[in-house]
This record gives sequence, structure tokens and C-alpha cells, in this order.
Amino acid sequence: MGEARTQFFTTPATAGNSSSLSPGSISETADYGLYLAPFFLNTHLPSAHGSSSCLSIIMSIRSPHSCRAFIRHIVCRTRTNGLSPIPNFGSIAQFTIPAISGLSILTKCGLLCIFVSGSMLVHYHIHTHGSHKYSSHCLVFTGAIATTDKNKQVLDKLQVERERGITVKAQTASLFYKYQGQTYLLNLIDTPGHVDFSYEVSRSISACQGVLLIVDANQGIQAQTVANFYLAFEAQLTIIPVINKIDLKNADPERVEKQIEKVFDIPTEECIRISAKLGTNVEQVLQEVVKRLPPPTFKKEDPFKALVFDSNFDHYRGVVANIALFGGYLSKGDRIISAYLGKSYEVNELGLLRPDEHPTDRLYAGQVGYVIAGMKEVKEAQIGDTLYHQKHLVEAFPGFKPAKAMVFAGMYPMDQSDYSALRSAVEKLTLNDSSVTVQRDSSLALGAGWRLGFLGLLHMEVFNQRLEQEYNASVIVTAPTVPYKAILSSAKLIKEHGKEEITIVNPAQFPDRSVVKEYLEPMVMGTIITPDDYIGKIMSICLNRRAVQKNMVYIDDHRVMMKYLFPLNEIVVDFYDLLKSMSSGYASFDYEDAGYQAAHVIKMDILLNGKPVEELTTIVHKDRAYSAGKAMCERLQDAIPRQMFEIAVQAAIGSKVIARETIKAYKKNVLAKCYGGDITRKMKLLKKQAEGKKKMRYVGTVQVPKDAFINVLKRKDK
Amino acid sequence: MLRTCLTAVRGPAVCVGRCFSSEVSGADSTLAGFSSPPFSTEASLYVHWPYCLKRCSYCNFNKYIPRSDNQDVMLECLQRETETLLKLSQVSRITSVFFGGGTPSLARPSTIAAVLQTVTRHAGLSEEAEVTLEVNPTPVGSSKLEDFLHAGVNRFSIGVQSLRDDDLKVLGRDHNSQHALQTVAEARRLCPGRVSVDVMFGRPGQSVASWELELDELLSVCDDHVSLYQLTLERGTQLFRQVQKGQLSVPSDDITAVMYDSARRILQKRGYLQYEVSNFARNGAISQHNMSYWKASQYLGVGPGAHGRFVPRGEGYVCREARTQTLEPDVWLREVQQRSHGTRRRIPLTHLGLLEEVLVMGLRLTDGITHQHWQLFSPRADLYQILSSSSEVQDLQQTGLLILDDRGLRCSWQGLALLDSMLPTLLLLLEAYITQGLDNNSGSLQL
Repeated sequence: MGEARTQFFTTPATAGNSSSLSPGSISETADYGLYLAPFFLNTHLPSAHGSSSCLSIIMSIRSPHSCRAFIRHIVCRTRTNGLSPIPNFGSIAQFTIPAISGLSILTKCGLLCIFVSGSMLVHYHIHTHGSHKYSSHCLVFTGAIATTDKNKQVLDKLQVERERGITVKAQTASLFYKYQGQTYLLNLIDTPGHVDFSYEVSRSISACQGVLLIVDANQGIQAQTVANFYLAFEAQLTIIPVINKIDLKNADPERVEKQIEKVFDIPTEECIRISAKLGTNVEQVLQEVVKRLPPPTFKKEDPFKALVFDSNFDHYRGVVANIALFGGYLSKGDRIISAYLGKSYEVNELGLLRPDEHPTDRLYAGQVGYVIAGMKEVKEAQIGDTLYHQKHLVEAFPGFKPAKAMVFAGMYPMDQSDYSALRSAVEKLTLNDSSVTVQRDSSLALGAGWRLGFLGLLHMEVFNQRLEQEYNASVIVTAPTVPYKAILSSAKLIKEHGKEEITIVNPAQFPDRSVVKEYLEPMVMGTIITPDDYIGKIMSICLNRRAVQKNMVYIDDHRVMMKYLFPLNEIVVDFYDLLKSMSSGYASFDYEDAGYQAAHVIKMDILLNGKPVEELTTIVHKDRAYSAGKAMCERLQDAIPRQMFEIAVQAAIGSKVIARETIKAYKKNVLAKCYGGDITRKMKLLKKQAEGKKKMRYVGTVQVPKDAFINVLKRKDK
Repeated sequence: MLRTCLTAVRGPAVCVGRCFSSEVSGADSTLAGFSSPPFSTEASLYVHWPYCLKRCSYCNFNKYIPRSDNQDVMLECLQRETETLLKLSQVSRITSVFFGGGTPSLARPSTIAAVLQTVTRHAGLSEEAEVTLEVNPTPVGSSKLEDFLHAGVNRFSIGVQSLRDDDLKVLGRDHNSQHALQTVAEARRLCPGRVSVDVMFGRPGQSVASWELELDELLSVCDDHVSLYQLTLERGTQLFRQVQKGQLSVPSDDITAVMYDSARRILQKRGYLQYEVSNFARNGAISQHNMSYWKASQYLGVGPGAHGRFVPRGEGYVCREARTQTLEPDVWLREVQQRSHGTRRRIPLTHLGLLEEVLVMGLRLTDGITHQHWQLFSPRADLYQILSSSSEVQDLQQTGLLILDDRGLRCSWQGLALLDSMLPTLLLLLEAYITQGLDNNSGSLQL
């Protein structure tokens, strides 16, 4: 898993890739990726009588590293004779599927690979339903599956996804499950999300009742498992622990059960041991979902109320919002209001997702579907927003926290003439990723560009990589920074800003100490789970990163869970890489926002032959300035090739130089011989160098290769 | 210093003069269009002998240890391919011939004679045309020199490489310093003033002092021409692996820079004037053949893996092509037997591509590129137009590395050692100018 470096958890071994698929069953249109995907699984059985019952489940799935996961769906259809379509399903064909056969399909297709060493939050409402003749059943299932061959094939399409495990929108679909004579409709919905930004959904699950917590029988509890657990736990959801991959040779479900008992205080007997690959105990999981989770109480007689849990942008139709109905029903032509913006829209189209869009006339409480209502921007379909009928005001859902940018970086076209092309690429990318904040920015050296805010470093890298790979954009990305805050002391400045506390996103705008009462830096609470062999090393790097240990417990005989309060700045660049490499890949890491803390931070400039390199301006903690400056200079010295003249590399605070390295001029750079047979090779080499030169960034007369910035920004502990 | 250097290189002025008539004759085709290069009626000829007795530890060149004696079939195929390419190029005159390798001194003198006869039969080869043979300074090679002379060779290039026996062993050479000295003496006896020696610096364990001493020693025995090479570690060679494993260490870039610089000074002091990045001549004894590469003249490449640059006029083309012959000798032999040639790759050079080669090769000469020379290839865009407005070029001029004046474009003494760093800049400017020019052209055509 060499490529997993940007993910905030580790895999000792490549995950089991435990499922195999029949070739025909892969969705051609689905995007694939490995990531934290919060799912919303909603079960509903439309009622012919007034008292219907439905079950809907939100599953937040962290299918992390392991997940060579991709989203797929299977549609099983069995026609039953003599049955008319049920109204709620409009044009959907009629299917009957014995529960068992449905399960066997799920199993074969690796349903539970979704959960591979991740956890799954399940929110549902149950409508038990006795006497309805719902002999028409549709089974549409969406899952994240690990299959080596298929993955190779599909992942090759999007390099960034394979390498990074980016946020990809999964499919939304429905599944019927029949248990003890009753049929449950499970609407399986995916909302976007990632381990970097799980807090985004933390509030939404307060409306849920249950969780499937999936743990890898081989790896045991990972840091992100803990984070997901607490999301669900704090929302007071029923948690069903599931131990997957028990078929693996090194699987030790007993140990994992004990870990779960120790860490989460869940009795071992509540764990379900499964093998998604072999199908072992898969049905039991669904049975337990039905058995353990309390029924929901939505009624179609209630006023219409729906949660927006995802949105896409379609160039032809505008915003397509995915919604879950928590009451009432919605029809075509209805006028609805977004609680967040208070704007009203007319419903042009709506339908079910199976997972392809199937237009219907109505959606009912408990169902999940899509709606197109003339929204022009993704921002209008705020994730977590509540939609309601113009006539019936309802209490809005608490809403998801708006995605909060944690990492900022400047982005500039390599060549200013590419500005508009880059702008269009950035626009296209942000259309479907509203969590990226975009602010126009410009600098003397780099020209016009943007200051972009990302949810995490991974998010940033993915974004940049996609720009390069999908839009062939050549960009300069500045050092990632975290949003610092300053409490201003200067009355003039306070007046100017209209407030005392300002957030500093761009190091260039860092206010001087003389006008500031106090600087604040963002903090995160980090969870590290590691075999105890690495405790010493890990504690020492944490200490180096100004982290404060808050807690440390053994979760089993030789695994330790540590909690550290980190300045976010200290982990944004390479902490995870380092942790992973020093623990041979066994340690996992996850973090959550922990507010701001006062800190003595200062601005440091990097100079090349006296000219500041704007991209490298950083805000550092005072105690780290000298070592950070020296390290930066040393790394620049290595990263910038020798040139025809001497280069002074300096780190400075204000006008005071605190570190210096020198790159000596070279005296000779010429191939010793070049005759007739050497010309072709020589020309090729020179042309390559000339091409490379085009991509060079110039600071004064110093040529700085793009890689130099990236290399330099990687912080290394000695 | 530069001045002396430059005057000395006036030596080849004879050649330039001699060529000039044909330059004029070539001018017609130049005016006819962009892509038609000058000199298309003459060319030099490179003949590759792919075999060696032994593999040198630093060499990644196209050479093979022969499995059996195939001199006869080699002879036949070299002749045949020479004939084919001569006809294809329709050149009326071969200006020089170079037998390289491999170890061409392993070939029978009669083979060399036969190839030269083929040239004479199908194109002109004047009495004075330079015919060089690369020689491995082994006793066997040495004994054959006289026969080679009679076969038509009139210049020897001897791969001395080093006068340190230990180093020769590390380099995997099959000769010792004694053999080298004997061979040089024999060659000088046969071809006075027309012997070149190759010497290598930057060898494993070499110091600046020992290099200076060795060069001094060499200069006291050698003839009027010296080629100076820095040992380059090529991937896939034994030496590369040894250095990688740490069994051997080569001097750092800083040290080799000093070695190069001191060699240039020593050579100059001894009367050898540098005329190209790695070539030095006394008494005007420059290599005419190699000069034609640096002047971007046409050349035919015969033999396995040989490269050529010529206009295949015989097929009705007007564009110069970069051609490569099939690499593996056995395959090449078969192809020549079947199709009369072993050309594996033909890439037509664009106008820009040709100018790039003119620029890159020409700047290796201490004389650089004269305006007249440039105009032969680029009648519409002169060097001033292309380069002088660039601030980077102005910087290079101000720092004294590059000279652009009424004579033309060339490197200064220090600039020559930094040529490869300047070339990307110059190539980008050339490309920008030419492609922009093309745009303008097409624009005006549309109008």
C-alpha cells in the first residue's frame, strides 16, 4: 500500500480484496474510490393502509486504505405473475426475490466489503408490515467492494482515486429484505465524505438510530474506527459491531472482539463474525439490523420534510439533489423551500435512485430519491439542508456543519496565460466538490491565482492531482497552511476588520506582532492506535510536533491507543507518512477538530539570493522557527539544482536572517563528446531539459523546479 | 586567450573555403523551401564495425563480441549498404570517411579497402579526403597499421584512454600503456601529423595532480590531435554497477570540472588549440570528418546501429532525415542481404529540428556558428532576430558566457564548459521564434 501515504490510517498489509465479482455486474458509470463514505440506508415499505412501517438506515462507511473499494450495484429482477405495480414505485418493474436469494447475491458480490475495517453507521426507521401483498420487490444494492482484478481495471481510469482514495460519489439505491414474513425496503444512500471530514455528517446522524461498526478481523480496531464509533455513540445510535474477513489466515476475531469490548464497552457476544467474501453470517447482519434497531416513525400524512444528503451538478439540468424523505410526500410541480437559504423552487423532476435515476411522480416518507428543482448552483443544495413545502413550515434538521476548511494553499497557473484555462478547470472541479473554498488571490511573483481551502491535506492533494491529471493543468501550489487567528489590539485595525478576532488564511496577510494581542492556532485531537513496539518512537515524534498526550490505553495485550492534542500545523504535511513509516505501516491515525489555542507564532520568509519566495513564506511557532528555517534551507539546497551562479538560500524573520545555505555554482555542465551517432540522443535530452525549463519557476534569476517546492514543504524529523 | 584559440582554428578555413563552392550550389535548394537543407550533393560517411574482442567496463556502445569469423559477410554487407545509401542520397562526393566501432582495427585491411572502393565507384572520393580509422592500441592493431594505410586510411584515431596500467585494467581495456605508446609511435611514423589520441579523465580514483601529470606525459608522445573525454557512467555497464555498489568511486563534478579546466590550459600551453568541446589540434590538424557533424553537414551511416543525416534524394525527397540502422549485427546482416540496407528508423527532420541540430552542434565549436553558416540553414531568421531580444541571452552575454556579435554566436572560454546549461534556453527561443514565424506565415497566406 505504498500509495496510501496520504490517508490518515494505515494498513499493515494490503487489505484482503476479499470479494470477487462476476464481470457483468459492474456498473459502468459508477465512480470508484476508497474512502469514507457515510451511507444513508433507508428502508421503507409503502403502505396501502395508513399504518405503514419503514426502515431507513444511514451507514457511514469508512472503507479506507483497504478499499480498493468501488461502488457497484446489482439489479436482480424476478417477475411475479399477476401483480400490479405499487404506486410508490411508479414505473419500476415488479420483482420478487426471496430474501435468501437476495442475500446470496449480496454475499457473492461482497456486500460487506463495504465495511472492510471501517465502520458503518446505520440509521433506520422500521415499518413493520404484515399483510401487504408486496410481492413485488426490487433489489437494488449498492456496495463498496474489493476486487483485485476489477479494481485494477476501473481504478486505472482515475489514477487519483487509486492513489489517494478520494471522495467519490457512490450510488444510491434500494434493497428489499424479507424477514419473518415481513419485507423491508432498504434504501441505501451514500453521502460524500472522507476520513478527513467525518465531522461533516456528525450531526446528521443524530436523526439515526443505529450503526454497523465494521472491524477487520486481521487488523483490529483502527484509529478511524474509534472516530466513527464516537460519532455514532454520541448520537446515541444502536451499534452493531461486525467483524469481517474472518476467512483470512491471520484473522483473530476473538482478539478483535476483546478490543471492541475494551474500547467501546460492547459485550463480545454482540459482535457478528462474518466473511463478506465467503458469505459467512451475512444474513445474520441484516437480521440483527431488523431485530436490534428501533422502528422509525415517519408518516406520509405528516407535512413533507426531506433531508438533502448529497448533490451533483449536471450541466444540462442544473443541480440534482439527493434527498431522504422524513415525512409526507413530494410531487412533481410542488413548490418547495430550502430551509437554509429560504429560497423557493418548483419541482421539475423527481424520482428514485436504483441507482440510476428513475423518474416517478411522487416520493413518500421513508423513501430516498433525487429531485431537480431549478437550482443553479451546488451551493443551493446545501448538504444537510431541509426541504419543505411552501405551505407547511417544518422544523429544520440540525443540518450538517458546513464543511470547514482546515488547510489552505495558494494556487497559481505556472504560466499566466493559462489563467483562464485553470480557472475553468478549478470551477469544474469545485462544481461537484463544494467543500473546497475558493478565494481569488494574486501575488507579485505568481500573478493571479486563488487561495483554496481544503478539508484536509489529503483533500488538497487529491484536488491538485485531479487538476493535473484530468485537466492537464500545470499549477504552482504554495505551502499548505492552517487558518491561524489573531486577536487584534490595534483599534484602527479592529475598526477596519469590523471585529477583534481575524482569521489568517494567507501567510502574506499575517498581521504584525505590534498590532496583535494574541495569536491562536487550530488544534486537533489525534488518535493513534499502534502495536506497543512503536510507542517510544511515536511518543518522541509527537513530542517533536508539540503534541500533548491526553490519554493512553492498551486495547489488547500489545496494542495501544493514544490520544494527543496536536497543533494542526504540525500534522498537515507529513505526519501521517512518518507515523506509517516508523511503525512499518501498523499504526493508524485519525484526528478531529479541537478548537483554537493561544500560540506564539511568527512569519518566516525564505529568500533566494535575497529575493523572497512567496510560496515558501510560512507561519511557524517561535520555538520551531530556527529548526524549521534551517531545515527549509537545507532542503532547498538539495532540491534546487546547481546553476551557473552561486545561490544563497536564507530563512529570515523580518529583516533578521536566521539560517543560510549556499548552493555553489557549477563550473562545467557539458557532455564530453558528441559525434554523429550521439546527436539524436543528445537532442532528445536537451529537448527534455528545455521542456522542463518551461515548467521552472524563476525567483530572480534562480530557476526553481516545481518539485523543489513540494520537496521543501515536506517536513522531516531527524 | 580566446583570440589565439580562434585564430588557430582558422586552420580549417581551407576546408570552409573548399566547401564553399558546394555551399553555393546547395543554395538553390535552400531557397526552394524551408526544409531543404544545403549541401545535399555531398556527405561524409561513417562506417560502424560492431565487434570488439572484449567488453570495456564503461562502454555501453553498440558493440558485440563476435561468435565466429564473419569478415567476409561483413565485407559484403558493408559494401552493399554503402552502395545503397550512396545511391539513395545521390551525393556526388564523399568528403570524408570514418571507420568507428566497436573496434574497426579488428577488420581486415582489405575490408576497409573494399568499402573505400565502393565509395569511389558510386561517388567521388578525392585523394585528399580524410579517411580515419579508430585503432585499439594492441600489438595486433599496431602491426596492421601499415596495411590499413595502404588500404586507403590516412588518419588514425587511437584509443589510448590512459597511460596508467591499473586504470586500463579497471576500464577493462585490452591494452597496456606500453602497447599504447608503441601504437602511437607506429601511427605517427606512417601518418605524420594525422594521428589523434583519445584520453579519458574523471576515472575512478583519479586526482587532479595525477591527471595533469599523465596528460603532460601523453602530450610529449602524441601527435597533433587530442580528444579529451570525461568518463561518463552509463547505466548497464559494469563500471556503473561497481560505482553504485561503492566498490569504485569517481571524482565529483567539482573535481572533474577542475580536471577539464586544467587540461584545457595544459593543452593550450603545449600548442594544442581547442576547436571543439572535447577536441584539440596542433598545426591545424583538426578532424575534418567530425567537423562535418558540428557543421551539420550531411552524413551517411553504414553498419549496425550507425546514424545518418541526409536527404534521400534518390526517393524524391527534399527533406533531410535522421536515420538509424538496425542495431544487432546479425539482424543487420540479414536485412542487408535481403533488402540491401538495414535502415531501421527514418525520421524526417523538420525545419526547426534541423535548426536545432545546427545550433546544438555548432555551439560546440570554439568558433561557434557564423552568421553565414546559420543563413545557409535559416535564410529568413537570423541569429539576432531569434536571440538578441531575450533577457536571458542578454544575461548570458553580460556574464560573459555567450557571445553574439557580427561574426556570429559562440561560447566564451568559460561558456563552453557550461554549454549544456545554455542550450535549453537557446532552444526554447529558437522554437518560439520559428513556430511564431510559421504562424505569421500561415496568417499571411490566408490573407
